Amino acid sequence: MFGPLVVKSGSSKKNKTGSWRVELKPKFLQKDCIGCKLCVLVCPEGCVEGAEKNTYHCDYSYCKGCGDCALICPKKDILMIKEGEKE
Amino acid sequence: MKEFLEGSRAVAEAVKLCKPGVISAYPITPQTHIVEELAQFVADGALNSQFVNVESEHSAASVVLGSTATGVRSYTATSSQGLFYMAEVVFNIAGMRLPVVMTCANRAISAPINIWNDQQDSVSLRDAGWIQLYAEDNQEVVDLHLMAYRLGEDKSVMLPVMVCMDGFILTHGIETVDMPTQEQADKFLPPYHALYKLDVDNPMTLGPLADPDYYIETRYAIQETHKHVLTLLPKITAEFSKVFGRTYNGLIEEYRVKDAERVIVAMGSVCGTVKDVVDELRDKGKKVGLLKIVSYRPFPAQQIYEALKAIPKVGVLDKAVSLGSFAPLSAEIKAVFFGKKKKPEVISSFVAGLGGRDITKNSVREMFSMLTAKERSEFIDLKPELLKDTYE
Repeated sequence: MFGPLVVKSGSSKKNKTGSWRVELKPKFLQKDCIGCKLCVLVCPEGCVEGAEKNTYHCDYSYCKGCGDCALICPKKDILMIKEGEKE
Repeated sequence: MKEFLEGSRAVAEAVKLCKPGVISAYPITPQTHIVEELAQFVADGALNSQFVNVESEHSAASVVLGSTATGVRSYTATSSQGLFYMAEVVFNIAGMRLPVVMTCANRAISAPINIWNDQQDSVSLRDAGWIQLYAEDNQEVVDLHLMAYRLGEDKSVMLPVMVCMDGFILTHGIETVDMPTQEQADKFLPPYHALYKLDVDNPMTLGPLADPDYYIETRYAIQETHKHVLTLLPKITAEFSKVFGRTYNGLIEEYRVKDAERVIVAMGSVCGTVKDVVDELRDKGKKVGLLKIVSYRPFPAQQIYEALKAIPKVGVLDKAVSLGSFAPLSAEIKAVFFGKKKKPEVISSFVAGLGGRDITKNSVREMFSMLTAKERSEFIDLKPELLKDTYE
């Protein structure tokens, strides 16, 4: 008999870390964004993406709600809102 | 062909027959001769294998973990402190389900430092997930190595196997051994084809993080596989018998146990001494016998139950202790009979031979004489003059 043994590459995508979020989640306002990509670089889950200014957003199925993106945003264009509030 | 060989040489020859692609080991008494011989075979071109010299046992175990993970049959050997230094890798090898074969030349554990034989080293690692087989003599230790690869590499097993042989008594003892031919070995042991392996073209991870959602299933799977080994090993020994003509049960060996009134249970080379005493006592009309445990992991509880359920008095000889508790083998033999209707009236525990103290025929006679209606837990051949109640 075998248990979980071998992991093929890309398996971390199966681990939906969004379920860890408890209280706050980021809201990307997409108003004053300058497209500096700091939110993309700082995200520990790598779940923020966007192409040009005012297009950045995150994938809530992986966002753990750590708030690093809101903290680092130089334009204060990302807010941490209560879980359940409108995004 | 029958040859007169030192046990270590016989093991090296047996390992050569199994054609491991990688050998890695660090020398430690009394294992050294085994890997010296193998290094010589490789240097002479007699064995096409990579011999990886390392700076420690931790590295030796890590090398064979890695090489087996890439799908290559691998071998290592150690003793005592070396096995303990390997300990975390020993658990990893089993957890990653890699069928490494290791020879443990059984030796006592420090402190005080002692290079002589007992079985504390391998017995202490009984919970690691490895299959553990204990040899009585040099012929058996040769044969167990061939069976070890066959068993561990079976697609339904994929577990490492530790072949345990008593240090010096077997490793440095010279006996007649019927060495198999390469043709016989090849017939019995096919080349190793791994179920899974590290491969750059097909990337995968072995032994990754398993959080509480995953870990316990890995342990349960090994536990169930050990139960399966209890049925598979006798089948493999039956096939072994067809090719080589020597018959083993693989799990236990009953020696004059039928109709016996007193039986000693033991593992390893001391079984030879016990058999001699059993023969002498039988000649005098005493109904005595020996139950040899070959497979300590998996522990053949059902076979032990069947063998001992009608024996009135049983003594368990341990060459190891679990300091602060019962001797390891004795505790497990008692556990076999807990709650059973048919069971021995008495199961006594004897700890003997620690740190190379000889277990003589007299020692064995003494154990048989202690198998009375009174249940005992004794150290045999103690020297009371060395023991003091206060430090001076």
